Amino acid sequence: MVGSTAPRVSATAILPKPALQRVLDNLCQSGFQLIGPTVRDGAVILDAIRNISELPIGWTLEQKAGSSHLLRTHSTDYFGCPVGPHSWKRYLFPPHFDLLTAHRNSHGWTFEPARDDSPPFAFIGVRSCDLHAISIQDDVFVNGAVSDPHYARRRERAFILAVNCNTAASTCFCTSMKTGPRVLSGFDLALTELPESFVIEIGSEAGSNVLAGVDWQPASAFDLGRVTQIMQRTERQIQRQVTTSDLPQLLYDRIDHPYWDAIAARCLSCANCTLVCPTCFCSTVEDHSDLTGTNTKRTRAWDSCFILDFSHVHGGNSRPTVKSRFRQWMTHKLGAWIDQFGRSGCVGCGRCIAWCPVEIDITEELSTLRSQGAR
Amino acid sequence: MAGDAKPRLAVFKLASCDGCQLQMLNLEDELLDIAGKVEICYFLEARSQILDGPYDVALVEGSVTTEHDVERVRDIRRNSQMLITIGACASAGGIQALRNMQDVDEYTRSIYANPSYIHTLSQSTPVAAHVTVDFAINGCPISRQQLLEVLTSLLIGRAPQLPTYSVCVECKRKGNVCVLVSRGIACIGPITQAGCGALCPGFNRGCFGCYGPMESANPDSLCHRLAMRGIRRAEILRLLNGFTGWAEEFRSAAEKLEKTSP
Repeated sequence: MVGSTAPRVSATAILPKPALQRVLDNLCQSGFQLIGPTVRDGAVILDAIRNISELPIGWTLEQKAGSSHLLRTHSTDYFGCPVGPHSWKRYLFPPHFDLLTAHRNSHGWTFEPARDDSPPFAFIGVRSCDLHAISIQDDVFVNGAVSDPHYARRRERAFILAVNCNTAASTCFCTSMKTGPRVLSGFDLALTELPESFVIEIGSEAGSNVLAGVDWQPASAFDLGRVTQIMQRTERQIQRQVTTSDLPQLLYDRIDHPYWDAIAARCLSCANCTLVCPTCFCSTVEDHSDLTGTNTKRTRAWDSCFILDFSHVHGGNSRPTVKSRFRQWMTHKLGAWIDQFGRSGCVGCGRCIAWCPVEIDITEELSTLRSQGAR
Repeated sequence: MAGDAKPRLAVFKLASCDGCQLQMLNLEDELLDIAGKVEICYFLEARSQILDGPYDVALVEGSVTTEHDVERVRDIRRNSQMLITIGACASAGGIQALRNMQDVDEYTRSIYANPSYIHTLSQSTPVAAHVTVDFAINGCPISRQQLLEVLTSLLIGRAPQLPTYSVCVECKRKGNVCVLVSRGIACIGPITQAGCGALCPGFNRGCFGCYGPMESANPDSLCHRLAMRGIRRAEILRLLNGFTGWAEEFRSAAEKLEKTSP
């Protein structure tokens, strides 16, 4: 099985761990820019990588509300580190994006759409929670009545190498949100990491092609049994439980609850939760004209419902208080999103919990609101 | 700025280090364009020629620290259609407002050989404490891009687009790792207005608030959490009492913190 033949779609193969480098090389040679987890500035972030040695091998996260610390482990796992502050939306829906330029001439204005010169991305190590997040952003940007061409272009060309999550952080709750830890669909390749090898599920023709020339074998029933065991172990690791059966109504019934005031007293409206969230999709569009008034550039940037200006409309601001903005975020994320898109806007990745400077925990706030009854 | 005549611009300085005026001179690629679009009537940092008012726009750097400053700032206001403060001194009182919490006479006696020559007010105050200010550009120093944005918007007649949100937004857009969450470094970025491009956190240090309080700032909550993380009260006070420490939100948070045990 080694050599030029590639495993067919939906087959499962096994390969020695260092052979992953060959997969990455094949992706690079096909013109993909590889983006994967790597350690920088005391955290695991997503950035351009080329080599398996750049993965966070031997690192894990100790995480709780308001704190996230990298820890050394004896593990040699390539993908043992849970998710950091970055998510894949940085690449599909970038924080700053040029939309167009306009020039004034003697006849009026000419508009020129900005060119997106980004190469196709290969996302290396997408966990199930984040794969669901990408699918949720697909709903927002391309599956609705209007398709966002910029997102669509990047998304269509992206290669997804997913991983079955083998280490969860204490902030994780994907099992409650039904978004993990096992990857089920929406990938080109899905890896499960064993101590000495990777079990690989082939999800697409593109996934099959990059395994050409890679040292693989068909996975045995025993290998697949080990995968199941690892997934069961991860599920047991996820201690955080969130009840979702009474959503969205639970939140609608508490729109005027005084408890929102208590949260607002703690909330900084700094917007960190929304910017680390892999599904939050709000943006602002700004025109930047030059001194001469003849050239202008239109850009799109990440925005947030926590920012006062975000809710500024003609005649005033619809969410002038931090209370109204926090309530908007949480009620939309866990509640109104279901009415809007048919599923929750939360994938249980725990980023908003870990990266909140004042340790606000959306799962705890939900339990507190529930225990307080409708108001 | 309608009409054929070029708008008349004046740049004044009160108690300050000149750094914000230098940011205007640092606009190297745009300075000639600016000089072509406006008549620079008063800008001693750049030229000795002085043209009398009235001015369409006055940029004022520095805080008010003397009786003479009080008179000058009133005079500037009378002579200017629009008064814009530039920098932490003019907009919030500056680092020199540290003296507002101390005995200035005692300082004067201990520092100057002939304290009788020193005529100063007991407090360093922002321009807005004395006259109406039309717009404030924050920062220590100001961002030259923000200055350019304000001048451009005035020339074109549109609203200036300056952020009022937190420094965290700039950190997250840039992809900076939060120094507070990942390493427990004291940072007041979550209550500070953006504009610097998240400069300090980008170099692995905490924000010390030089752009002043953001909109809807909640310093009490942040200070409480910083203390719960084990950051010493003196360290938190040092951040709050810095370049914009006299700004209302930071000042009142610091006063409350002073009353707690160290």
